[in-house]
Amino acid sequence: MASRTKPREKSSSTDAKPAKNGKSVVSGRGNTGVNAATDYIELFRQMYLIREFELACGENYSKGLIRGFLHLYIGQEATGVGAISTLRADDYIVSHYRDHGHALARGLDVNRSMAELFGRATGLSKGKGGSMHLFDAAKGFMGGHAIVAGQLPLAAGLALAQQYQKTDALTMCFFGDGSTNQGVYHETLNLAAVWKLPVLFFLENNMYGMGSSIERVRAGGIDFYPGMATYGIPAAEVDGMDVLAVKEATEYAVDRIRKGDGPQFIEAKTFRFTGHSLADGQKYRGQEEVKKWEQRDPIATFPEKLIKMGLASSAKIEAVKAEVSKQIALAVKFAEDSPEPDISELFTDVFA
Amino acid sequence: MPEIAVRQALKQGLEEALENDPRVFMMGEDIGEYGGAYAVTDGFLKKFGPERIKDTPISEQAFVGAGIGAAAAGLRPIVEFMSISFSLVAFDQIVNMAANLRYMSGGRISVPMVIRAPTGAGVQLAATHSHSFETWLAEVPGLKVVCPSNPYDALGLMRSAIKDDNLVFVAEPALLYGARGEVPDEYYEVEIGKANVVRSGTDITLVSYGYGMRSVNTAADVLQQRGVSAEVIDLRSLSPLDLDTVLGSIRKTNRAVVVDSARRKGGVMAELAADLQQLASEWLDGPIMRVGSEDVPWPYNRGLEQAALTDADDVLNAVAEGYGL
Repeated sequence: MASRTKPREKSSSTDAKPAKNGKSVVSGRGNTGVNAATDYIELFRQMYLIREFELACGENYSKGLIRGFLHLYIGQEATGVGAISTLRADDYIVSHYRDHGHALARGLDVNRSMAELFGRATGLSKGKGGSMHLFDAAKGFMGGHAIVAGQLPLAAGLALAQQYQKTDALTMCFFGDGSTNQGVYHETLNLAAVWKLPVLFFLENNMYGMGSSIERVRAGGIDFYPGMATYGIPAAEVDGMDVLAVKEATEYAVDRIRKGDGPQFIEAKTFRFTGHSLADGQKYRGQEEVKKWEQRDPIATFPEKLIKMGLASSAKIEAVKAEVSKQIALAVKFAEDSPEPDISELFTDVFA
Repeated sequence: MPEIAVRQALKQGLEEALENDPRVFMMGEDIGEYGGAYAVTDGFLKKFGPERIKDTPISEQAFVGAGIGAAAAGLRPIVEFMSISFSLVAFDQIVNMAANLRYMSGGRISVPMVIRAPTGAGVQLAATHSHSFETWLAEVPGLKVVCPSNPYDALGLMRSAIKDDNLVFVAEPALLYGARGEVPDEYYEVEIGKANVVRSGTDITLVSYGYGMRSVNTAADVLQQRGVSAEVIDLRSLSPLDLDTVLGSIRKTNRAVVVDSARRKGGVMAELAADLQQLASEWLDGPIMRVGSEDVPWPYNRGLEQAALTDADDVLNAVAEGYGL
């Protein structure tokens, strides 16, 4: 899949970044300066952190230490990391129930994130939220939300506050292809466009809503971004397996939002390599399809690219991996050693 | 003391907040240019401007959710439903989002927000436009629900609701917008969660709220003529529910009738009656009698609708049936 952006706003030549010879200006190559090397290694570190975190979650789910529903972000790391790398500290992020990747990319404490999944008192929400509901308001991370598409108007409201307070901060709202069939998806896109809210609608199109492929449940094919013309929202498609392409496309959209252009829409084509949740036997899709996408695994392809471009040595990559693995092992230990919440916590935080 | 209508009392509470707190703003369908379906916000757009008086598309989920987001970010939105019947399409946002955010975030996020909505049957709008969902919402942990029956409480509760750091749902009985009453010039608030003994009595306790107060007040007048002294309690707040005030009254009267103008089945009065039978059985001389509107979809025809709606006769019948008074 070619990485490309296709802004679709009509009659907006200044807005659009026209494709050159069928290839977009978002090449995924990025610049090659010294700072870029540091930045790119950081992007890899975050992606690898998410991958290792998710693998550890799966393992501890099997052991029964993590319960409830567990939705892993494995395969989609380039999307969340690339997108979130463009944000400032005063921006908000709103996520869906597959939220671990976004939380870690935002820099939420790894120990406390893991402890939340373990349901412990040291968790981000004292063990009251669990996997699908990670929060850290101090970092502008306004949740993991588990009713499909329910988080969209929340994001619009956070953006409304940013607009009301006359800042140039913005809200990045993640949602999946499944949420586009909810009525509130339309309601929120329209409201945000009418009010020119500083919100970036970030669709992670991983091709499946639980066990239903988009093709089975959506009229009009697998592309959502062309539909944004209806709302007058500039929209672009990007290769969600290419972290630099995601970063560059998002930077462009973020820049426009900060300038007061109103909402923007990015559709990243991506894929989860594992099932919908840990309870999923994946009867609805063939292993061939999964294997095809796995060949584009950003955890493998991105470091290869960095080495090829001379931006990192394989020793450096291995060092990053070793450091992350250690961090994850410590996070699991932290979670395991943490106390269960006191029963008195049952009654706190219901009302302010 | 000046006498004003409920509509004006609500308007005064909203206007004060808009004047005094720049974080307060309003959203809703046709609250601006049109002036509000029940004219509560008439003139606000001109006075406060379109940034603070926001006309919304007909998208209840989106604008309620947007209110929740704005509140989570530190603003104090006041969101209006044109009718409580339209809140149903936004229940996911109210119940799953607003009520849960604080708990799920371990207390890190609050939703200081007011939702206002006209509620109740009685004006021949038929089954889809006559609901009283405040009774459903009162069950949800994390929400506060109030329902004023007079101008004094309307202003006092609105002031408290806007100052509260939680989501407070203000159900405004549609039939009472024009009801008049005295409101003092001096500033006051009505505490959320405190019932009001509106009439002292010794023989029987009548409990209601909102539009149901019309029926119990009329019934109390009739009982007085019969030499029966009724104590009348206006709950004012459905969540939290002030059990103590009701229990205190029953200790004195030993008799109780609980009255709702919403449908009888389920709801706040079922909850109240269940608690009372457990906590007050030793003082009660008879069964706690429940009165509510008929358990049918609201009919359009006036005669049918009135037959379904709770009235003073229903209350008097319950008093007679339960206690022979």
